[in-house]
Amino acid sequence: MRYARTHPLWLAYVLHRVSGVALALFLPVHFWVLSYALTQPEKLNQFLSFADQPVVKVAEFGLVFLLAVHMAGGLRLMAMEWLPWSAPQKTLAAGAVGFAFLLSGSFFLQVISI
Amino acid sequence: MPEEAEKLEVSVWRGGADGAYETFQVPAYENQTILDVVSWIQQYADPTLTYRFACRVGMCGSCAMMVNGRPRWTCRTHIRTVVQDGAVQVGPLRNLPVIKDLAADMDPFFDKWVAAGGVHSPSATRHDPMEAIDPQETDRAEASAGIECINCSVCYAACDTVAGNPDYLGPAALQRAWTLYNDAKHDDRVNILDAVSGNGGCHNCHSMGSCTVYCPNELDPMSAIAGLKRETTRNFFRKRR
Repeated sequence: MRYARTHPLWLAYVLHRVSGVALALFLPVHFWVLSYALTQPEKLNQFLSFADQPVVKVAEFGLVFLLAVHMAGGLRLMAMEWLPWSAPQKTLAAGAVGFAFLLSGSFFLQVISI
Repeated sequence: MPEEAEKLEVSVWRGGADGAYETFQVPAYENQTILDVVSWIQQYADPTLTYRFACRVGMCGSCAMMVNGRPRWTCRTHIRTVVQDGAVQVGPLRNLPVIKDLAADMDPFFDKWVAAGGVHSPSATRHDPMEAIDPQETDRAEASAGIECINCSVCYAACDTVAGNPDYLGPAALQRAWTLYNDAKHDDRVNILDAVSGNGGCHNCHSMGSCTVYCPNELDPMSAIAGLKRETTRNFFRKRR
């Protein structure tokens, strides 16, 4: 029988690592494409029109998700290891920060959509 | 006599590292722990079954085993909480060498307690006046959080970092080190930081949290290791100044 390890903390650990590896694979490609702006601008334009396809937009959603998950995972780890607070204190603090992000984020979206 | 209509299908590990699971039919009773089931097999089905237990009440930490792939104290785990479709699988603790059947070799586990600086070194002799310790004090509260450890090795078996790095001291030894580090009556507190910051030390921990999730006494080795990470880092920068 396989070792049973599926609990939230372990899943958070795996998500953090997998998103980190995926971002590490993405970044060299990202910089390579950006370098076309200097070397071959027409190729960059070609790529940008390719990136307008809906499928690529979905992939971009995945990228932003990876970034968000990796950042949240890093903040979680730092809070867990560097703040000698009790678990309920950390839960409350994380909830407050999340709520603040939600409010300020929706305000920001409203501002830029006008 | 209770009716023996129902049977449990219990597969237990037999042999050493290259052994295999053997299945036994064990009568199911209303009140039965995993340890009761294992004992039934040894007493009525196969007297050569090897396993380890002592107190049967969750005090001694001898009877931990893998139950359905999860480390558990078998004397305090009711069979009803783990049985799946009338079957349960019991194996020797993970991350430790198997001696035979369900008995794991605990030597590496206890050696690491010593390696992590877990041996108490008193700060005073019996001739000195007794030091007054306030139980509410922050350091003492940190130390008290870990003292109920029964050395059962459930956290050690649960830890994937131990599985990946045999030199890693593991959650129990590091929690013991954190307890002593916060104990005002321990003489050797700075040496603990040296002992836990080497190759197999606290900085190997990936905070997967299986130790804290599976600890039968509901202790929190993961936070104790986080404490060691903070103190060793602080100590590192203090030294450089």
